[in-house]
Amino acid sequence: MDRHSPPTRPDTHEPRPRNPLQRLYAAFESPGRRRALHLAIIAILIITPWISSQYTTVILTNALLYVVLCLGLNIVVGYAGLLDLGYAAFFAVGAYTIGILTQQFGVNFWAAIPFALMAAALAGVIIGGPTLRLRSDYLAIVTLGFGEIVRFTARNLEITGGASGLSHIPEPSLFGWHIDSSIDFYYVFVVLAVLAYIASQRLFDSRLGRAWLYVRHDEDAAEAMGINRVATKLAAYVIGAIFGAIGGIFFSVNLGAISPESFSFQQSVLILLAVVLGGMGKIPGVILGAFIVVLGPELLRDFGTLRLLIFAVLLLLIMLFRPSGIWPEKRS
Amino acid sequence: MLLQLKQVSLSFAGNTVLHDVDFGVEPGRIHSLIGPNGAGKTSMFNVITGFYRPQQGEITLDGESIVKRKPHAVTRLGIARTFQNVRLFREMSVLENVMAGQHCRTRSGALAAVLRLPSQRAEERQILETSLECLDFVGLLGHQDRLATNLAYGHQRRVEIARALATQPKLLLLDEPAAGLNSGEKQALIELIRRIRDERGVAVLLIEHDMSLVMNVSERISVLDHGSLITEGDPHTVQNDPKVIEAYLGQDDEELAL
Repeated sequence: MDRHSPPTRPDTHEPRPRNPLQRLYAAFESPGRRRALHLAIIAILIITPWISSQYTTVILTNALLYVVLCLGLNIVVGYAGLLDLGYAAFFAVGAYTIGILTQQFGVNFWAAIPFALMAAALAGVIIGGPTLRLRSDYLAIVTLGFGEIVRFTARNLEITGGASGLSHIPEPSLFGWHIDSSIDFYYVFVVLAVLAYIASQRLFDSRLGRAWLYVRHDEDAAEAMGINRVATKLAAYVIGAIFGAIGGIFFSVNLGAISPESFSFQQSVLILLAVVLGGMGKIPGVILGAFIVVLGPELLRDFGTLRLLIFAVLLLLIMLFRPSGIWPEKRS
Repeated sequence: MLLQLKQVSLSFAGNTVLHDVDFGVEPGRIHSLIGPNGAGKTSMFNVITGFYRPQQGEITLDGESIVKRKPHAVTRLGIARTFQNVRLFREMSVLENVMAGQHCRTRSGALAAVLRLPSQRAEERQILETSLECLDFVGLLGHQDRLATNLAYGHQRRVEIARALATQPKLLLLDEPAAGLNSGEKQALIELIRRIRDERGVAVLLIEHDMSLVMNVSERISVLDHGSLITEGDPHTVQNDPKVIEAYLGQDDEELAL
């Protein structure tokens, strides 16, 4: 993305990039090349469903959903530095709000979206407000608890369909286009992922994005510079919640059915895993992490029952050799 | 008075840190706060900037009470500070560090950033220009893209001052700005402090142990000992005050060179 000026050209004193990823990264430093790369990726995303099986399309749709979720969690964890073990809760709030409003109250899907976003933002304030004064380990426990509370609430309320959840959530239409096939939803998620990417980039290049970094690096110095640390962290939670809800909204209409088990602790962990694996705070890395977490187990299908074990070992190896994530640091 | 403290007392777990401090800084002054180690100088800075809340007393800036405000609100009202140990944002460039100061003078939110509204872009340009101007003012233009923590120590101190100036303060608090500087850098610091006052009209309140620097640059000096103000006046008066000499007895040589 173009910025006012490339603010952090690597120092001349610093060593030249050595490993292949760093060299690849450096090759796309210039705005022109980066634009070409963006166009190439979008072209590949558009063509893929025409040359691959429906199964692949469904898996890729799931990967793109994870891109949205991971970019959202990246704002909370990667940028604001707040450990969140219950991110699936926001995903659930978005999905259930849409499910309830469209299926039980007959509200139009697009009209229901603002309510889902508001519900998620409210959930962000509810979890963020009282907990942001906590240190990271305690925050992790509280967010974990929050995630479980949301799941158990969904399981026990009548309006959310109890343990079996909601089904027959109607598919949306857009200007006469009835979005129902797996290819339709694939394209919807391509658009969402691209928008999430653009929004992330723009946020991080903004006053608020810098404020998250300041607060993460040194809360006191940030306060002394006139930055309200509580408001800044709360903004990260609310925006992260909105990303999660957007994922949830389209997840629910894609599947047509949701149940509490779609939003388990394991889901939160998987999203966090993708963020940490790719490299916290590094957008391309986080996207890569999302793809690895979704596609990894699929690519290992030939190994049968051993595939999750092999996948776990691979993840451990990656973290062992690249503890701050796969994506290289921009600067040393 | 620009800044006024009235009977400010601060204690931690029964230990008195500041005791009935009455203190004021006039606009456009270079004012120093000196005293032996542990006298409560940095605590006084922390009370003024809202990091500590005093048990009693009143603090006003331009007549407006700031005593119950959070640090970020105090900064917005016009008091900026540096820290005793340089506290730059690590892993961020010099420019990004200085841009932090402009945060409280700008207002674009998340939506404006995502939509790249014209107002947001204009504001980003303003943040960039002001920050570069502040860097130029402290003589570090050309270093803006380097990592702040990769700069020489003396330069890091200047980045901290530029960052504080970017908040566009009325009063700048410098906590031991000369610590760790060589004599050439100290001389440059004296000039910088004078230029902050002369060219920007910002009053400066300084905590410093280097007495020759204090005597050289200050127009007024307040002496703190055991949490109480023991004397105040121009450098000459303070230098010859027997109470001051007594307070410093037993201190190390550098400080005895008063």
